[in-house]
Amino acid sequence: MVYLTRKAEFSASHYYHNPAFTAEENQRVFGKCNNPNGHGHNYTLEVTVKGEVDARSGFVVDLKQLKDIMTREVLDAMDHRFLNKEVPEFSHRIPTTENLAIAIWQRLETKLAKARLHRVRVYETPDLFVDFYGEES
Amino acid sequence: MKAHLTRRYRFSASHRLNSIAMSDEENRATYGKCNNPYGHGHNYTVEVTVSGPVDSSTGMVCNLVDLDDVVGREVLARYDLEHLNVLQEFAHIVPTTENLAIEIFEILHRTFDKAHLEKVRIEETMLNSFEYAGANELRG
Repeated sequence: MVYLTRKAEFSASHYYHNPAFTAEENQRVFGKCNNPNGHGHNYTLEVTVKGEVDARSGFVVDLKQLKDIMTREVLDAMDHRFLNKEVPEFSHRIPTTENLAIAIWQRLETKLAKARLHRVRVYETPDLFVDFYGEES
Repeated sequence: MKAHLTRRYRFSASHRLNSIAMSDEENRATYGKCNNPYGHGHNYTVEVTVSGPVDSSTGMVCNLVDLDDVVGREVLARYDLEHLNVLQEFAHIVPTTENLAIEIFEILHRTFDKAHLEKVRIEETMLNSFEYAGANELRG
């Protein structure tokens, strides 16, 4: 088994708000992240896939295909967007980095042909990142 | 659904690698420059990884404010701008970054209860890093 990781970067804005909380609760739990006009990050996405090395091509996965899938499923949908308002997963889910990693996993999982998704890592800043290994982990 | 969250912190400290179980020559041979008698310093980077189910009402594994509070109080306040060898935990243990990773993992294992502690990773310099996960399987 060989693991391969591809990176991508995108910039987006978000804010944290739970409509089931009172205004005070939202402020207490989410602090500055609750500011309703949102704020932005430069996100770094690392997608790790795993598989056997194909004897003829020497590839675990065709990098061009992986790049195309990441571009179509993630960057086209999220780059330079307001996650709360423009990405359907976040109309009823808070766009924390945890939920972002899960949403990206779900977008990519069914699109990969030969290799299997191993890990989605999302850096919100260089000092904070979330890893998601799928539901069974 | 379970997710892993990692936060990076920084502190600076000095240490000297010298084992009381070795002769002076053995210490010099084993630790080289790191055995120089007055010690030397590093800018350490600590990565703390915690895991748990993503809370459906907050979207979080744990609130970062809680993690920052505990790491700040229990780790950074204890080690930043200190000489590690004079601290109680390194009175009989050489303050290698291996032992420092174990110590910080044990401190956080005792003091942070808002999510499951997975791993502590320390970069001593840009060229070397050390990871300790206790009884957990190493991931990430």
